[in-house]
Amino acid sequence: MRRDFLIKKITFLLFLVSLVSMGQHHGDAHAQHDTHKTEESDSSLKVEIKEFINHHLQDSHDFGLFSYEDDHGKEHHVGFSLPVILFDSETGLNVFSSSKFHHGATVAENNGSHYKLYHGKIYKTDAQGTITYDDHHHAVNAKPIDFSITKNVVFIFVVGVLMFLIFTRMAKNYKTSVLPKGFGRLLEPIILYVRDDIAIPNIGHKKYKNYMSYLLTVFFFVWIVNLLGLTPVGINVTNNIAVTLSLALITYLLTTFTANKNYWGHIFWMPGVPTPMKILLIPIELLGTIIKPFSLMIRLYANITAGHIVLMSIIGMMFIFKNWIGSPLSFGLAFALSLLELLVAALQAYIFTMLSALYFGSAVEEHGDH
Amino acid sequence: MEGLNYIGAGLIVIGAAVGIGRIGGSAMDAIARQPEASGKIQTAMLIAAALIEGIGFAALFAA
Amino acid sequence: MEKLIEQFSLGLFFWQSVLFVALVLLLKKFAWKPILEAVNEREEGIKNALESAEEAKKEMQSLNADNERILKEARAERDTLLKEARELKDKIIADAKEDAQEQATGIIDAAKAAIEVEKQAAIADLKTQVAHLSIDIAEKVVKQELSAKKDQLELVDKMLGDVTLN
Repeated sequence: MRRDFLIKKITFLLFLVSLVSMGQHHGDAHAQHDTHKTEESDSSLKVEIKEFINHHLQDSHDFGLFSYEDDHGKEHHVGFSLPVILFDSETGLNVFSSSKFHHGATVAENNGSHYKLYHGKIYKTDAQGTITYDDHHHAVNAKPIDFSITKNVVFIFVVGVLMFLIFTRMAKNYKTSVLPKGFGRLLEPIILYVRDDIAIPNIGHKKYKNYMSYLLTVFFFVWIVNLLGLTPVGINVTNNIAVTLSLALITYLLTTFTANKNYWGHIFWMPGVPTPMKILLIPIELLGTIIKPFSLMIRLYANITAGHIVLMSIIGMMFIFKNWIGSPLSFGLAFALSLLELLVAALQAYIFTMLSALYFGSAVEEHGDH
Repeated sequence: MEGLNYIGAGLIVIGAAVGIGRIGGSAMDAIARQPEASGKIQTAMLIAAALIEGIGFAALFAA
Repeated sequence: MEKLIEQFSLGLFFWQSVLFVALVLLLKKFAWKPILEAVNEREEGIKNALESAEEAKKEMQSLNADNERILKEARAERDTLLKEARELKDKIIADAKEDAQEQATGIIDAAKAAIEVEKQAAIADLKTQVAHLSIDIAEKVVKQELSAKKDQLELVDKMLGDVTLN
């Protein structure tokens, strides 16, 4: 028994160590490439790390796992390209492979229009790929509406398929036995936790069932995505404001469209306060309804982004202090932070679900409920 | 004047940290006093901390 | 803030919304509903089982109480029966004793009476025999002493009448 536990502990530790060391590998490729190529000073190494972090946090149009430079100075990208779907006001729908961009090195031509990838965004250019800048060094070229299947979209899809497979399998198990089997044994307490400790106390016994599907999906989606964001593949979805906005917007829409008279009554004609105050409270309450999902969006985005920036900065520090004390120190810090991020991954999923449930609860609260 | 907003952001972070620290401390006190209510206290603590954190982040991004 | 807006990607937003809503709907149909239903069913089952167990327990208890009561009653009945029987026995014995006593006294009385009668008869018999004996003796005596038999007989009778047998 004890030995079993020990083995499990060791495996877990090894897993964590591999996480951090793989993350290090990420940085490694770039840092080496940096020193190799130009023998730049420390400050440019810092710039390089910063850029790498930024690049890591960004979405991208191809599924790159890592890139390196061989001895001849030629860049190699390991990964695969993804479809680019552009909607251009002039030429309409354009679909082509992201390999045409050559990671931003060349201009892609499709249906007679030219596009160039610049800092992760696609701009419409002329055949030479000229990009004009304004005073703040922002590109002013026309931007087609970009519906590309980017790395993050692929990842969202993969997570969706994964969740679908896991949970339908679990659901099937219940047909043959009353008790969950296999992985379901781990998941069932979590599902019950979401139901008994998040949904029911916040929404109430009568109406919680309508929201369970959304709450469970959002909980597991955010959690799984956060956890996978910590793996060496390292594709974070939740550090894109677009993703968190989408999630928060769904919460907002659900709250707004399922709200009962009591909820709107509290917004437009707050009971129990004098009339002038009622009028004053209307804009505040209305703003409140928007701030709530807005804070949901920002919280998730900022927590995950901040976590990744700090983690990667600490990993990057290994290459700045190239001495015997700095690197182990930053390794240790990165290790500790990875553990913390594991907690944050679950905590943010929990808080997102919890607050969503709270908002739903306020929307369907009956007059006599409180 | 470029740096002022960063100073403001720093102040906000300090404020949020103090707030979350106080919440955590009070929650610990409350749990020590009533260990049987620890589940409810933890939930309330997390929600309050999340709200403060949300404001902190919002201000940080506004900076 | 500008950085956030700049970073915002409409495409990603679109795909995330589409995929996520599809995921919610699909999971609702194929996973959450069956899972939650199964869990609910199980919980109901457990609740029902517990309730029926509780009921059975209560029934058992009432049954036990009933049994106890019946046993008590039976015991009480037995006790009364035994008591009655004992009383009856005592009474019968007492009656029998009394009867026997009565009969015995009756028999004794009868015996006494018979003895008395016999005694009287015996005495009377004895009296006559003694009288005859005495007459015989007296006759023999008087035969020799008296001449007149008649006078002699009168005298003897008179003397015998005076004599009281004690």
